[in-house]
Amino acid sequence: MFLKEVVNSVKVLNEMTVTFESRSSNESFARSAVAAFVAQLDPTIGELNDIRTAVSEAVTNCVVHAYKDQIGKISINVRILSDNIVCIRIRDKGCGIEDIDKAMEPLFTTAPEEERAGLGFAVMQSFCDIVKVRSNVGSGTTVTLNKRISPRVGNG
Amino acid sequence: MPKSVMCGNELTVYLSGDIDHHSARKIREATDALIQQNQPGVLKLNFGGVNFMDSSGIGLIMGRYRMMLLYGGSVKVVNVPDNLRRIMELSGLSSLNVFERSGEFCESVK
Repeated sequence: MFLKEVVNSVKVLNEMTVTFESRSSNESFARSAVAAFVAQLDPTIGELNDIRTAVSEAVTNCVVHAYKDQIGKISINVRILSDNIVCIRIRDKGCGIEDIDKAMEPLFTTAPEEERAGLGFAVMQSFCDIVKVRSNVGSGTTVTLNKRISPRVGNG
Repeated sequence: MPKSVMCGNELTVYLSGDIDHHSARKIREATDALIQQNQPGVLKLNFGGVNFMDSSGIGLIMGRYRMMLLYGGSVKVVNVPDNLRRIMELSGLSSLNVFERSGEFCESVK
């Protein structure tokens, strides 16, 4: 895949990491922090909205599933790579996902009582270029989102 | 409490701000209280004031859809801002025929 090769050969131009507790009140903080960092690439409002939405889904998964009945730490690492690629890693040390393929199926949810639509991963996949999930039951999950921001002409 | 207007058998609830997992709970409770109180035939969810929404908003609509169905009523989603269009389309909600272009005819009726 073209984009994958590009990602493997690029340099890290800028990086930030933020760690916070898995409280639902931090969901908006998380997506805003990532959006504020990515803003330096001068993304379109649509691109920024895509990133906000995807991050919100990933962080909500940590709050609702990874740390179901407890508060744990969520860590987000954002790297700006050459060629305007943004790489966002959302990591938790929660319960892990037993069956990743199943978890990523649209409409599949283990929390219907919370009115979860089961669309979290579908949204991430639709709003980002690449979505990768690594998980170990009992030790946590890392979701990696890659998205290329369209370069703006005449913006040096 | 979100702003709401009851007009005939139609209850319009004006949603605003960000709809995520955190805020959806309060919106859900407030909307359900309004439904119980007014027992409308049609619930209109007006998204005009919503700046951001993730899939929690889809869950919110689907939940109200089921609830209204239980009462023999229906749900209409109106005034969806451009930046919410993609997630609304992705949700498959269009197959439930809940989208309506606009229709705020009864503004003055309390």
